[in-house]
Formats: sequence, structure tokens, C-alpha cells
Amino acid sequence: MSLWTLTKRSLFYLAVVIIVLVSVFPFYYAIITSFAKGTDLFRVQYYPHSISWGNYINVLTSGSFVQNLFNSIVVAASVVVLALLLAVTAAYALSRVQFRGRSLLLLTILSVSMFPQVAVLAGLFEVIRFFGIYNTLWSLIFSYTIFTLPFTVWVLTTFMRDLPIEIEEAAIVDGASPWVIITKVFLPLMWPALVTTGLLAFIAAWNEFLFALTFTSSNATRTVTVAIALLSGGTQHEIPWGSIMAASVIVTVPLVVLVLIFQRKIISGLTAGGVKG
Amino acid sequence: MSNDAATDTLAGVGRVRQHHSELQAERLRAAGIFLVPMVVALAVVAGWPLFRSIYFGFTNATLDNIYTGADWIGFKNYFSWITLPSGKTFYSGILVDPKWWNAVWNTLRFGVVSVALETILGMMVALILNAEFKGRGIVRAAILVPWAIPTIVSAKMWAWMLNDQFGIINDMLLRLHLIQDKIAWTVNPDTVMTSIVIVDVWKTTPFMTLLILAGLQMIPKDIYEATRIDGVHPLKVFWRITLPLVRPALMVAVIFRVLDAMRIFDLVYVLTPNMTQTQTMSVLAQQNLFAFNNFGYGSAESTLLFLIIAVMTILYIWLGKVNLGGGAR
Repeated sequence: MSLWTLTKRSLFYLAVVIIVLVSVFPFYYAIITSFAKGTDLFRVQYYPHSISWGNYINVLTSGSFVQNLFNSIVVAASVVVLALLLAVTAAYALSRVQFRGRSLLLLTILSVSMFPQVAVLAGLFEVIRFFGIYNTLWSLIFSYTIFTLPFTVWVLTTFMRDLPIEIEEAAIVDGASPWVIITKVFLPLMWPALVTTGLLAFIAAWNEFLFALTFTSSNATRTVTVAIALLSGGTQHEIPWGSIMAASVIVTVPLVVLVLIFQRKIISGLTAGGVKG
Repeated sequence: MSNDAATDTLAGVGRVRQHHSELQAERLRAAGIFLVPMVVALAVVAGWPLFRSIYFGFTNATLDNIYTGADWIGFKNYFSWITLPSGKTFYSGILVDPKWWNAVWNTLRFGVVSVALETILGMMVALILNAEFKGRGIVRAAILVPWAIPTIVSAKMWAWMLNDQFGIINDMLLRLHLIQDKIAWTVNPDTVMTSIVIVDVWKTTPFMTLLILAGLQMIPKDIYEATRIDGVHPLKVFWRITLPLVRPALMVAVIFRVLDAMRIFDLVYVLTPNMTQTQTMSVLAQQNLFAFNNFGYGSAESTLLFLIIAVMTILYIWLGKVNLGGGAR
């Protein structure tokens, strides 16, 4: 009996260890590789044999990686601000006011977020060329709205719907207009939800690839994801793995840190739309 | 006297009602104003482009003539035929294009295999995380790492780990004597799809796990207590209690993942570029649009992908009776 319990417990912890190892190992390996020096790169190493900043210096000084990093920050931050501005008021209308066609509108918004991005690529390209913003960061800020906005509206709507009716009633009795109710009553309560959705929208924009690949065409306007995908060496067969891993670590560390700090909020944000519905 | 009181009361009710409907009207007006910016934004960035993409699918547009005027060619991008005087008939268009069907099967195969694996693994990890044990917080943090890593970065990381000459995966498998020769994972036609599935499962199982875990945590704990007292076998508990109760959350997670898998682009584009064995619908359409300058043809392909996803969504909601309209309750 106790032997059986012991076996069960060890199997359980073995599974736990495997889960952690498999989850973390590729990132660990990328970090080791990024610090490897010259020939160490081409010897498989399970722990760091040498530590050198060479790959980082190389990535940050040659090419346009710093510019790409800056582009990604600008695009992702603007997209978050834009999506939140548009979504807060829309979420209020969708969650607190009864009107005909509300659930149809919500369903439409949700279906936009499930769109295959390729399906709008040709039309978006035309619109972007028409506005004259092809190969500028504006094209990305504009096009990223297609996936950040529906998602933000959806999550904020679920959040607002769960706020008690009493606080709003009190404000209505005091004669507050809907705008005042949003800015003075709801907004202060919504900071946690805004942080969560903002963060998730930021990550989505930071990771985006298809639009960034299609709507920018020069090194100076590319975002980091495209820059990493296109990072190449002197010849076609000489792939600069060290630099690629250094760039990858630079791009990923801030995200991993943010995600670990805001763990709980992110998990609740991710599951908000799905499970409660 | 009593009559007066009645009139007073009636008038009062009337006033309240009038006030109430005024308030309601004001709220409706405000809601309309609040919704306009979002609806306009979505129309410009999603509705209109979708319409134009579908339109381009019926033209012979190339990158050079989208503005100077492409010609309407009806369904020719989809299907057309020419009968020669000799009586021979030639068919052309996407519906008889082997490249398109190859991409369709690749996408479907990838979607079915990866989502099935992610569901099973996600359920297992979620069940483990739902148990109480020391270090649970660390495990939950650890599984968030693959989710947080951008797809492009994970594709590059795995491309390096799966490298035929210097990759650590081959090294591990050789050391464990599981393989005799190094495998060119991302170049060999037999293994490219496996590579894509491995990376996708690694990257997205956490998402599945978190959604299932949220569902598991909504199951009341006393149910489990009761089954333990009654001595029900754990497997029976899983099939009879856990699975049915977690089913709504599971269905939502699966539909999100299936729809996401159907549009896969980044991973394939970066990990196994130019491999016909992994070319998916999104990759093929994007290449036709912007690399091969078949703007009309590529638009038609992206329209078909849109239709496939739309049909799948409708079927899924209908068959699974998933309540996605969370706002309508």
C-alpha cells in the first residue's frame, strides 16, 4: 500500500519535472547558444562552456536591429493605446446598455478575431497603399487593429458585465451622463482589466509576423519578428545562429519577465472570454 | 378624495415612466455614439478589406495593376476550361490546382494532429496542475514560458535545436541510441511535418492547459470528495464526472485552437520554407499574392480559406452547441 503510494507520488513528480523541463529547455538552450563563442557554437553543449557577449554586440551594432526593436515598441504601444481607447466606450455600450442586435454585434466582433489574416491581406494592402502608408509604421498600427480591437472589446465587455449594477444606479440617480459614468465610475474600477488586456494586446502586436512581413519592405521599417526571420549571414549556407539566438533572447526576455510578473492577471484575461461565456 | 389620490398616483407613475424612458433613450443614444468609432474602425480594417479581397479573387489583378484597373474574369481563378478544336478539354483554376489541394491537405493534417495532441497533453497537464502539490506555482510559471515566446523566435530556436549537424535533438537521440544517423528534421520531406507539429504543440499546449484548467477549477470540490468516500475508481471519475463537466471549456479551447491552426503561417514560413510537404493554405496564398505576383489568384485562394474556416466554425457551433455568444445570456 505505502509502496504503491510512493510509486504513484514519484510518477507524479516525474511528470511534473518533465513538464517543467520541456517547457523551459528550448529557451535555456537559446540563452546558452547566444553566449557561445566562435567554435563552441558547433559543439553541442548542455551547459555553458564559455560566456561571451560577442553575439549580442554583433546584433546590436551591425545592421538595423536597434531600429527594429524601436519600431516594435512604437507599434505595439500605439496599438495598445488605440485599442483601449476605442474598446472602453464600446465595452460599456455592449455590457451595460440593452439594445436590439447586441448579441449579434458581439458575435460579429468575436468572428473578426477568428478571421484568417490572409483573407484580408489583399484588401488591406490596397487600403494601405491608398492611404499612402505602405512601408511605414502606420500601416502596422492600422492593420494590427484587426486582431487587437475585437479581443480587447470582448474581454472588457465580459469584465464590465460582472461589475455590480448598484454603483451605476447610484451615479444615474445623481444625474451622471453615460460619459461621466464611464470615466468617473467604471474607469477607476477597471485598471486591473485594462492592464491585462493591454498587456495581452501588446504581446500579440509584438509577436505579429504576417502583416509586418507584407506591409514593410525596408530594414528601417521592419519590426523585430521580421528582422529575426530574415537575419542571414554572408552566404546562403552560413546562418548566423549565435546572432539569431542573441536577438531572440533580447526580444523574448522582456516578454517572459512581464508574463511572469503579471501571471495571474494574464491567465484570468486569457480565460475570460472562453470559459465564462 | 380617493379619486384624487388615484389620479395623483397615476400621474406619479406616468412621470416616473416618462423619466425612465427618457433615461433609457439617453443611454441608447450614448451607446450608439460609443459604438460608432469601434464599428467604423472594424469596418475599415476588416469588413472593407475582406470585401475587396473577395472582389480581387474574381479579377486577373497583379501587383502592378490593382489601381490602374484589373479585369473582371468571373470564376476563372477558381475554375475554367478550354475546349480545343481537336476536342481536347483543358481545365484550369484553383479547384484543379494540385498545389492548392496539397496545401489544403497539409493544413488539415496539421490541424487535426496538432490540436488532438494539444488537447490530450493540455488535459494531462491541466489535471496535474489542478492537484495540490508543492511547487505548483513554479510549474504554472514554467508552462507560461512557451506561450510568451513569439512564434518566430520559437521557430528559430527549434530550427537550431533540430539542426541536422549541430542540433541538440539529434545529439540527445544519438546518445540514447534511439537513432543511428542524424536526421535533417527541417529539410527531409519525411520529417518536416513532424517538426512543425512538435514546435506547434510545444508552443500552444500551454494555452490549451490554461483554458482547461480554468474549466477544471470551476468544478465544485465536494463532488470529488463524495466520489472518494464512495470509493469510485479515478478513471471512472474522470470519464463520468470531470470530462462532462469540463466539456464546455474544452470545446471553446478546441475551437479556438482549430481556427488558429487552419490559418497557420509564421511557423511554416520560418521553420520549413519552400517545403511542399508543409506548405499551408495561408503560406500558398501569401506567396501567390506578393511573391509570384498572382494577386487575383492569391485573393481567390485566401477567399476559399476564409470560406473553409467560416463553414467549420458554423458546423462546430451547430454540432457542439457551443455557446460563444457569451454576451447574450
